[in-house]
Amino acid sequence: MAVMNVNPTRMQLSKLKKQLVTAVRGHKMLKDKRDELMRQFLELVRETRDLREQVERELLLCNDHFVNASAVMSKQALDGSLLSPKQQISVEVGSKNVMSVDIPQFETNTRTADKGDIFPYGFAFTSFELDDAVISLDRVLPDLIKLAQYEKSCELMSAEIEKTRRRVNSLEHVMIPRYQETIKYISMKLEENDRSSRTRLMKVKDMLLDKAHGYSEQYK
Amino acid sequence: MAKNIAVIGDGESIKGFSAVGLDIFPCDDPAEAAKLLRRIADSDNYAVIYLTELVYNSAEKERGRYEDRMTPAIIPIPGVTGNSQTGRRRLSGFVEKAVGSDIIFNN
Repeated sequence: MAVMNVNPTRMQLSKLKKQLVTAVRGHKMLKDKRDELMRQFLELVRETRDLREQVERELLLCNDHFVNASAVMSKQALDGSLLSPKQQISVEVGSKNVMSVDIPQFETNTRTADKGDIFPYGFAFTSFELDDAVISLDRVLPDLIKLAQYEKSCELMSAEIEKTRRRVNSLEHVMIPRYQETIKYISMKLEENDRSSRTRLMKVKDMLLDKAHGYSEQYK
Repeated sequence: MAKNIAVIGDGESIKGFSAVGLDIFPCDDPAEAAKLLRRIADSDNYAVIYLTELVYNSAEKERGRYEDRMTPAIIPIPGVTGNSQTGRRRLSGFVEKAVGSDIIFNN
């Protein structure tokens, strides 16, 4: 791992040591965040998978009903009956914060409270197959909206997990080793400087003593 | 803020949704539907936009713009032509993105 391009000074060393402590703490916290997000995500995905399978099965049934209806009614009559809807669904979008990810919460309201308002046509000139089709669609609708909420949450959470995972990995495998290496490099450099100045001092001391008392002459 | 729900797809698949209170946008040409998706997603009136699988698969570029936003949630649903497992693949893609490999759908 490459050593950072820094001056080997004591100032820099203490700064790097502080940064290393922060990085290690951040790494631990991000790792915890990732693990918890992952746990919740996997739970949600399993639920979503089951819900989707159920919704798709029900939608298939709805389509069958509509095919039945179009078999007994003319296309114009069928389209005409569905042309002017009475009911209107509005969604109140709230949000919930799960481990710093905002996931949507959908609350549905219908324009009219009457359940029967899902039939935008009179019953006199339409077939009961069409009623079946509309009823089955109305039944699957709450699940369909829940599915939208779940899937969007999965989408947002998976993006956040990916981001967190990258951060954890970059801290673990790049930043922290780099700090450690640099700290080691600086402290070794400082020790080296220390030793070199010590030997220089000893040498100078020898030279001075020699000059004053002539030791080197005596031991010859 | 109250928003609505939209459905885009071929007319045959989605006409029933208007009865139960959803806004439908029938569109038989996938390229046209992609433009339509962009228009109604940008209008910000819709919390959820359901797309039939055919439209969903052909509007990949348009969908990408809304991936990291909370609304609209763009969700594929099977149309009259049957189920092509698009929704399942989408979920499995999320798992793969989060975990690194698909550990839920690989059975």
